[in-house]
Amino acid sequence: MPAAADAIAALKASWPGVTDRATLDHPAVNVPPADLLPVLGALKAAGFDMLTDVAGVDWAVGASPRFTVVYHLLSTAAHEYVRVAADCADVALPELPSAAALWPGADWHEREAFDMYGIRFTGHPDLRRILMWDGYPYFPLRKDFPLAGIETELPDAEVTAETKVGAIAAPMMGGPFVASAGEINLTDAEPRAKDESWTEKRPKPGA
Amino acid sequence: MVSANSELTYNSKIEGEVIVSRADAVINWIRSSSMWPMPMGLACCAIELMATGGARFDIARFGAEVMRFSPKQSDVMIVAGTVTYKMASPLRRIYDQMSDPKWVIAMGACASTGGMYRSYAVLQGVDRIVPVDVYISGCPPRPEALLDALMKLQGKVKKEPSFSKLLSA
Repeated sequence: MPAAADAIAALKASWPGVTDRATLDHPAVNVPPADLLPVLGALKAAGFDMLTDVAGVDWAVGASPRFTVVYHLLSTAAHEYVRVAADCADVALPELPSAAALWPGADWHEREAFDMYGIRFTGHPDLRRILMWDGYPYFPLRKDFPLAGIETELPDAEVTAETKVGAIAAPMMGGPFVASAGEINLTDAEPRAKDESWTEKRPKPGA
Repeated sequence: MVSANSELTYNSKIEGEVIVSRADAVINWIRSSSMWPMPMGLACCAIELMATGGARFDIARFGAEVMRFSPKQSDVMIVAGTVTYKMASPLRRIYDQMSDPKWVIAMGACASTGGMYRSYAVLQGVDRIVPVDVYISGCPPRPEALLDALMKLQGKVKKEPSFSKLLSA
């Protein structure tokens, strides 16, 4: 029996809340938030010693559960992956326990998930934004955040006073800009706006 | 045998002929012939900027080989790459720290307009926060394009009323 299947069978025996998750590649399980840390700890003890990724998911506005965090664990001895997914119970204030104590590498992954989705990891040693600046008011990868962005102030008050410039909603000009797949001619395949009938000055017909 | 130099004033036999010129021409010639770049390498354009500094393209032919990583010592900021909003403030600060006279080259699509990054995180053109003298198209532009921009900037500097600006400063 492969290491991943063994480990998952052992998990299910110890934690009845652990269920199989639909998957197309690696074995995957759903874990209730309360069991997340013990389950990750058990997997680490079972040989899944490397945390390769922590990723946030926003299913949709109004979905319940709305936010899920997905962990990918690798066994460096058996060369097998296990995927662990945990739903955040609360939609308004999504929260999960931090895995940074088990794998120091989880630190920055969780900071990124916090930065992009606003998922708070309790017990994280230093939960700050990692890509956007401190004080940025939005979570950009949430489904209700527009790609172009929302007008806001720049982080540096002195520079803002000097230049009178803030972050603006990016002009989309018929965008978003999409690449065409399968084109042989690279000039035709490069990313471009598919609908060039409107610009910032000439409004989108029917909008 | 060495004799003591008794020449006390200008000697045209030693120093050559006197040249009469306009102060603007002299000042601009000096300025445009040694423009020390502040390499603001933020993305892939910086690789082309490095190539321009290398032996094959040799930016030294245009007097701009001395890349200064101190804004106090540099004349032209080459913004090479995507400027994120997070980086916009440090960029403006560095520009403010450069001593006058100073110029800016926006290298490539991203620095000029935001390029393909029409998104929440990217400054839509570096000319929103610093005054740009020369824009370069391309993604990324080839080193020849950067050299061309440098020559265009030199042409622009040579037309500046530098002397009257110095007097009024």
